[in-house]
Amino acid sequence: MTTHEETAPAATGLMGAPGPGGRFGDYGGRYVPESLVPACIELADAFEGAWADAAFRARLDGLLGSYAGRPTPVTECHRLSEQLGVRVLLKREDLTHTGSHKINNVLGQALLAERMGKPRLIAETGAGQHGVATATAAALLGLECVVYMGAVDVERQALNVFRMELLGAEVRPVVSGSRTLKDAVNDALRDWVASVETTHYCIGSVMGPHPYPYMVRQFQRVVGDEARAQCRVLLGDDPDLVVACIGGGSNAAGTFAGFVDTRAELVGVEAAGGAALGNGLPGVVHGMRSQFLQDEAGQILEAHSISAGLDYPGIGPEHAHLAAIGRARYVAVGDAEVLAAFRLLAELEGIIPALEPAHAIAWLVRAAGTGEIAPGATVLVTMSGRGDKDVQQVKEMLA
Amino acid sequence: MSVVQPTAVAATVQVGEGRSGSPGALETRLRQRRAEGRKLLVPYVTGGLGGDWLDVVRAVAAAGADAIEVGLPFSDPVMDGPTIQEASSRALESGATPQGIVAALREAEVGVPIAVMTYYNVVARTGHRRMATEIARSGIAAAILPDLPVDEAGPWVDAADAAGVETVLLAAPTTPDDRLAAICRRSRGFLYAVGLLGVTGERHELAASSLLIAARCKQATDLPVLVGVGVSTTDQARAVCAVADGVVVGSALVRRLLDGAGPQGAGELVADLRSGIDRG
Ligand SMILES: Cc1ncc(COP(=O)(O)O)c(C=O)c1O
Repeated sequence: MTTHEETAPAATGLMGAPGPGGRFGDYGGRYVPESLVPACIELADAFEGAWADAAFRARLDGLLGSYAGRPTPVTECHRLSEQLGVRVLLKREDLTHTGSHKINNVLGQALLAERMGKPRLIAETGAGQHGVATATAAALLGLECVVYMGAVDVERQALNVFRMELLGAEVRPVVSGSRTLKDAVNDALRDWVASVETTHYCIGSVMGPHPYPYMVRQFQRVVGDEARAQCRVLLGDDPDLVVACIGGGSNAAGTFAGFVDTRAELVGVEAAGGAALGNGLPGVVHGMRSQFLQDEAGQILEAHSISAGLDYPGIGPEHAHLAAIGRARYVAVGDAEVLAAFRLLAELEGIIPALEPAHAIAWLVRAAGTGEIAPGATVLVTMSGRGDKDVQQVKEMLA
Repeated sequence: MSVVQPTAVAATVQVGEGRSGSPGALETRLRQRRAEGRKLLVPYVTGGLGGDWLDVVRAVAAAGADAIEVGLPFSDPVMDGPTIQEASSRALESGATPQGIVAALREAEVGVPIAVMTYYNVVARTGHRRMATEIARSGIAAAILPDLPVDEAGPWVDAADAAGVETVLLAAPTTPDDRLAAICRRSRGFLYAVGLLGVTGERHELAASSLLIAARCKQATDLPVLVGVGVSTTDQARAVCAVADGVVVGSALVRRLLDGAGPQGAGELVADLRSGIDRG
């Protein structure tokens, strides 16, 4: 069993509202062109108002239930548990409408856009899951939708591109820079600078300028809040470990928010080629002070992994803070381990995971094998999405 | 969020409010030129674009620029459209670094004040004090950081002030009056009025917002007010100068450099702009 500090007193106020200006310790803030500052202020006010408004919350909860399929179950993995010698539970975000946790955040932001009178949504997407979720919410609420997607990702996630188009969204391939998620964020920001009067930028993770990291975590905390209650029923206790994969960090932040004030050890799993906390340096990009893969001159480096959704050279500022104060720890796994975990979960549990949460499973397999996780420990893993989008790519890699 | 309209009542402006010490080299030069009845022309050149970029800077100075904005290329320039993105990546691919460009300007003897334009991560990574010191040591007058809004600018502006580097802040069409006042108080060198909602790049028509923001900025401050973003042609520059003190012209010049215009072609474009706005 890994040791964890007694966090109860220090944890008071953890994962609450950020400090002035959207600060989580040293991280966060609002570093955007002046044109966008008034829109960020407007959004922060609108979110505060909506979050405190019972009618808004009821409408969101209604959609999360009747449309997205919440609450999602927690599934105990008996065969995997037996093989690993630890007790594994999965929080099943893969069972939501559109197939990943992204829908939780998007329904919240789309309702907020409607409330602010903005008829157009823009989004960035890596794996395409956030783009699909945004296109879905836009269709549901009758909003216009444009999704920016790196040209490399357009190719490796072709099925999701077609899905977005079926849903009525326009997908704009991004050909600048590394042509992946970070460049999609750049182009979405450039669109927003020009369209801010009519457009809401629906950011897909706990990143960007204040209030996004806070707001997206609040929209995602339903994952952790549900899971905590479900663990109490299934285990009669909180789990020993809570594990989630990290791209920008939204499924992890939502999950951690439900457990930050318990004794559970919190573990975020990055892709080895995109480990902003493992290999990054402090910096200010995409509106936030956080940790980024960069060279000594401050040029941002490309992230590389088999999973488009984790190919982001940064991480949400609240994770940088949780790492700095030691409340959560962040680890990284490589492509080969991920592929093995992908197959293992399919074979033992009949669940084909998305490549992103396969990272969380991969770390679990490794850590159970090395004894880093004590035999018999209880582990909740967030299964952030299903693998349909990745099946073609995995088939080619295994060929 | 909408474009803020000018108010009828002019804000009362205290010259030199919020500042300690006397104006820097950039502001002094621009105020002096303005007092002579001249409209101000500040072209933008991407540093490190081509082996002859320093010659381009000198040619632009010789052709009548009042000051020059030199871009320090950054990997993720979110305020820039395709032209300056392309210039930045070409410069980076050829091995240019922000630090190298700042160092090269030290020997350049350009003859007009230089303002470097880059993104905040370059400064944050280098360190505020070190960046400000290196800029000052190269004889560069000012810095422009378009992703560093006034609310977050404190630590950098303090370091820059201490090193004698002027920080030019930007005002946008969406900036409300109270923010505009705060921006004017903190800005040094000049006030950069962003002419439209959008990123840098050439536009066929001058956006109506250019004249609106110019008028609002002129009401709000005695600092020289220059309009940039979307000012591409001589006619557009002249129209803007009817309200503003001057213009920043970037993408129109950089596109010609990408097309191979070289120092001579750059000088010709700037000379055209110069004579155009001087004709009034
Ligand atoms: C299924 C799935 N999980 C995780 C992620 C990573 O995002 P985040 O770290 O914000 O949860 C993505 C992103 O595309 C995803 O599609």
